[in-house]
Amino acid sequence: MKGKAFFLPDEPFRMEHIISILVENKFGVLARVAGLFSARGYNIESLSVAPTLDPTTSMITIVTVGDDRIIEQIMKQLNKVVEVLKVIDLTETHFLDRETALIKVHTKPEHRDEAIRLADIFRAKIVDSSASTYTIEITGDVEKVEAMINMLKPLGIKELIRTGRIAISRETTHTASPRREPALLKS
Amino acid sequence: MKVTGAEIFCESLRHEGVKTVFGLPGGVVLKIFDVLCQRKDIDLVLTRHEQGAAHMAEGYAKATGKAGVVLVTSGPGMTNIVTGLADAYMDSVPLVAFTGQVSTDLIGNDAFQEADNVGISRPCTKHNVLVKNVNDLAQIIKEAFYIACSGRPGPVLVDIPKDVSTAKAEFKYPDKVNLRGYNPTVGGNKNQIKQAAEEIMKAKKPIVYVGGGAVFSDAADEIRELAEITQIPVTMTLMGLGSFPGTHPLSLGMLGMHGAYCTNMAMHHADLLIAVGARFDDRVTGKLSEFCPEARVVHIDIDPTSIKKTFHAHIPIVGDVKAVLRQLNVILRSMDGNPAQIKAARAPWIEQIRDWQKAHPLTYKQDDKTIKPQYVIERLYDLTKHEAIVSTDVGQHQMFAAQYFKGSQSRTWLTSGGLGTMGFGFPAAIGAQIAYPERQVLCITSEGSFQMNLQEMVVASERKLPVKIVLLNNGVHGMVRQWQDLFYEGRYSASLLGKMPDFVKLAEAYGILGLRALTPSEVEPVLQAGLGHKGPVLMDIHTDPYENCYPMIPAGGAQHEMMLEDPPELKLAKKGGGHKRKLDEGEGVLPA
Repeated sequence: MKGKAFFLPDEPFRMEHIISILVENKFGVLARVAGLFSARGYNIESLSVAPTLDPTTSMITIVTVGDDRIIEQIMKQLNKVVEVLKVIDLTETHFLDRETALIKVHTKPEHRDEAIRLADIFRAKIVDSSASTYTIEITGDVEKVEAMINMLKPLGIKELIRTGRIAISRETTHTASPRREPALLKS
Repeated sequence: MKVTGAEIFCESLRHEGVKTVFGLPGGVVLKIFDVLCQRKDIDLVLTRHEQGAAHMAEGYAKATGKAGVVLVTSGPGMTNIVTGLADAYMDSVPLVAFTGQVSTDLIGNDAFQEADNVGISRPCTKHNVLVKNVNDLAQIIKEAFYIACSGRPGPVLVDIPKDVSTAKAEFKYPDKVNLRGYNPTVGGNKNQIKQAAEEIMKAKKPIVYVGGGAVFSDAADEIRELAEITQIPVTMTLMGLGSFPGTHPLSLGMLGMHGAYCTNMAMHHADLLIAVGARFDDRVTGKLSEFCPEARVVHIDIDPTSIKKTFHAHIPIVGDVKAVLRQLNVILRSMDGNPAQIKAARAPWIEQIRDWQKAHPLTYKQDDKTIKPQYVIERLYDLTKHEAIVSTDVGQHQMFAAQYFKGSQSRTWLTSGGLGTMGFGFPAAIGAQIAYPERQVLCITSEGSFQMNLQEMVVASERKLPVKIVLLNNGVHGMVRQWQDLFYEGRYSASLLGKMPDFVKLAEAYGILGLRALTPSEVEPVLQAGLGHKGPVLMDIHTDPYENCYPMIPAGGAQHEMMLEDPPELKLAKKGGGHKRKLDEGEGVLPA
């Protein structure tokens, strides 16, 4: 096989990856992880952090985009951080991902029914209301959340907040075969 | 019995076997310095600038393999060591830097001499910690040394607030570290190693490419064994120099931007590349798409991120270089036992490399009026019987030293490779001399780099450290001037240094012997007098300001497309008298 550098124009196939990073629940760890992305020019599309069952650890979920080479580097670089305990690219397995959004929509009197109907269709909840607004809570995968937002746009969205995505692997009978050499990764 | 954080600090250093600390005091570390001065077992080297402390610790660490220790105060004390930390991070130098911090109740209040030490150093350290509780101090120090020295070594910063150094706690030095997220791979994957051995036996035109990882792993013997049993030529990166004897018949010296012609040609035509503790840096590869186009690649490195970062590897092996090479050599020896046969099989390849070598050897034109920098390095190499520890700064002199000073041992070549830090060389030489008072330590530097940390001459002087400073004074930032000549039509923007201090008087002002050579005939006597002198010496050697360093792969160029001499238009410009130097002392160079 002929030698080849990776960045040549024929290849890069950029794909979205959801990476779960189990870290020590200590201060400064998030900064180190986030700093690693910015220092090396990797993207963070979304980020969420919270403690796990074990209060000494936290789970960081990062959605990023890159070709295979970049994702491999991201995984290895993350593994190198002393406080990082485990890194999983969920995109290589079967997984579930969810996001929650809180959407505050303007509701003119003639729109209040429409807003309730939309919330119903998307199985969303109205969690707050005022004379001129509803605040709708929706949870789902990213397509569902975005579809809901698009449907609400004509009513006029006053404020919108999204949690960023979290994900978990599925306990199915079969999982996709791992594409990377396990020898290179921290177990 | 409870003791203070400062006492815990000193006791912990003692447990880690630390004999020398490089540093400078300040408000928030007074308690630590107070305890330190009452102890006899730890020598504090008082530097005149914190950057000097960081580079001294680097020199100490590079020469000994043990962690260099830095102790500085908060705020400016810490920010001044950032260059040293970044340098150590790039070159994988084990360093433990202790910085003072304002009291925990003041953190975040913009207190006097407060800086976010952990935040500032995060991208240029392997790991860093703010100690918030004196009870954690010993454990954190233990882990800091462990992290700095294991795996791929690197700098670790421990930030100690003032109240932590005065608070009291029971002291018990932990016997083990508690790091569940840190467990570097040492032994390589057996299957991968076996595959590598098979590739090696199959290869017709193999080459071993050794980087700094081999030095830190102390793998010189294993590399030599690998080369000798397989008769594979060895080339080294700037950081790898010394890990294979430069005088060995299989040595091809340094590769890359200023590597020898035969070396880069051998890389380009190789069918198997065995990368050992190297990271395919851009100064090595040149244009990646044309780098080693025919080679299968075996890449051995302890750092998984180095593998496939810039260049592909067919057989990646994650592990400690020394351990992996041992495993590999065992397999290789069992595979084929007949040395004569191997030698015969390898002969055409070696012959081919010899031909390239003959066609374009490393060379320069000797001159009877101006001193050629290469000549000085050659003489120095002979006069020191090839045994000195050599530290260099950054620039042309560094490349000349890498080309002409053929180190024979690991840890005798101290240079700033990754970060390219001017001002590294002299303090690093002091650090090495402190580690090895009996050995000959040379600092090959130039007027540009030397002036960045010359204040440390006081340290050499007061401690009577016999560091030999060989200052190749050409009055210009040589490498910058070379690039301007080659790629910017000779417009010397800020590369001519103009007014130059009188380095001999400067040395004398610091209590150091100063010597000067202005013509080629003065070089030998000055070097002899300098090397023979008992104490520290500064040899101010005025060299040709327009000498260029060749071969050269222009930035972004392919490795086999080297410039071997000045291009015709530059030769013409030099002939036209545009390039003349006024040799008056202290005058530096006058522009054309």
